[in-house]
Amino acid sequence: MRASRFIILGLLFLLLPVRSFAAAQDDGKESPSIDMQEYLFGHVADSYEWHITNINGKEIAISLPCILIDDGLKVFSFHDHEANGYTLNEEGKLINSQTGKRPLDISVTKNVCGLFIDSILLVLLILLCARWYRKHDVLKEAPTGLAALLEPVIVTIENDVIKDAVGPEYQKFSPYLLTAFFFILINNLMGILPCFPGGANITGNIAVTMAMALFTFLAVNLFGTRHYWKEILWPDVPIFLKAVPIMPVIEIVGMFTKPFSLMIRLFANMLAGHIMLLSTIAVIFLTVKLGPALNGTLSVISVLFGIFLDVLELLVAFIQAYVFTMLSSVFIGLAHPNPETH
Amino acid sequence: MSLITPDFGLLFWMVIIFGAVFFLLAKFGFPVITKAVRERSEHIAESLRAAEEARLSLERLTAEQDRILERTRQEQARLIKETTDERNSIIAKASEEASAEAAKVMQKAREEIAAEQELARRELRSEVSALSVAIAEKIVRKELEDTGEQKALLDKFVDEAVHSQMN
Repeated sequence: MRASRFIILGLLFLLLPVRSFAAAQDDGKESPSIDMQEYLFGHVADSYEWHITNINGKEIAISLPCILIDDGLKVFSFHDHEANGYTLNEEGKLINSQTGKRPLDISVTKNVCGLFIDSILLVLLILLCARWYRKHDVLKEAPTGLAALLEPVIVTIENDVIKDAVGPEYQKFSPYLLTAFFFILINNLMGILPCFPGGANITGNIAVTMAMALFTFLAVNLFGTRHYWKEILWPDVPIFLKAVPIMPVIEIVGMFTKPFSLMIRLFANMLAGHIMLLSTIAVIFLTVKLGPALNGTLSVISVLFGIFLDVLELLVAFIQAYVFTMLSSVFIGLAHPNPETH
Repeated sequence: MSLITPDFGLLFWMVIIFGAVFFLLAKFGFPVITKAVRERSEHIAESLRAAEEARLSLERLTAEQDRILERTRQEQARLIKETTDERNSIIAKASEEASAEAAKVMQKAREEIAAEQELARRELRSEVSALSVAIAEKIVRKELEDTGEQKALLDKFVDEAVHSQMN
């Protein structure tokens, strides 16, 4: 049963448009060193193809579709980008070969592809869990399987984080906050996986965290009460602080710094985690020059430290999702002040 | 690709994907789960409350039962005591009456015996008198020859007779 699953997975894997490229680098036999910048940025940054591994100098990578709006909609595989008249600029982004201008680029990059995979996985997990609750009577049966796995997490987040921070109206916001939590969590966890379906540095990408922060910003400000807006625009401070609008300006800046901090926190933590792990592994390749004894010793240390960092990243993946959800809840709670206590 | 400048394409896809995920999960996912869990926790709380109530009423019932039992026991003890007293008093009264009756009977018997005795004594005395008279006659008839002696004897007899008469 389990073996057949692996075979099916393997066959599916073969169906992916895997392209192999001949390695363009000249074979430096005596000093195999790596370009650290390229190595690190190649792993943590977004790209138009999903690089999997090199086998005997051959690059195994999935070429992803490029979607450009440049004088009409253009869709092609990244493998054919040169044939379609586009080249990569020094930032690694597609530009028009003739004009040198960057078109409106909504390509399905590695991160977008990862987002799709993780999102499908998340939706499946949660909907299958929800299906259990539809099909079973919770008053008579204890949750089993997926429901038993997810229920404690959902209940913990809802009761300990959302309910406490948001206040009495928490039920209106809990679907968003739970979605944010699980979305960040699954992307964080998939980011730790070293190989294809995972490994994309999604939550360590500022565009992703920016979108997340934007949603929290909307959730806070679209549903803020009259009282919340009064505290921003006309707070209870001496009149001279309001006549020259010092306090309102500070409060309005505060409206934006809150989601900004969310954006930066998640981005920086996840990016730093990836870079730390990659650097630790890079020690193995960097020390090849130092001879087999030192290289071997350092490799062992590097692997052990890598394992430690991987486990740490598991913790960080949860903590960052938790912190994002908790702070979002707190910000939403602050936008629903209780008039009696203020 | 630069790390700290957000890429428009990725932002665009992220908003779409997260929007879709949020829509799906907020509509079909989390509310179902949280509602079911909330229902269950309410049910559990309700059951706990009901169990507590049942326990309290059971306790009340047990206390009531104990009280009734205790009262019954006291009643029983009281009844037994009363009955015993009653019995004792009846026995005492009966024996008193019986002894009184016996005393009466004895008294009567004694009186009757005394009367009978008196009667018998009287009859005996008259018999004795008659006999004495007869004896006396006989003696007198035989002894009347000797006058002096007779006279003394007669006196003696008379004295004795008088004496016995007086008794």
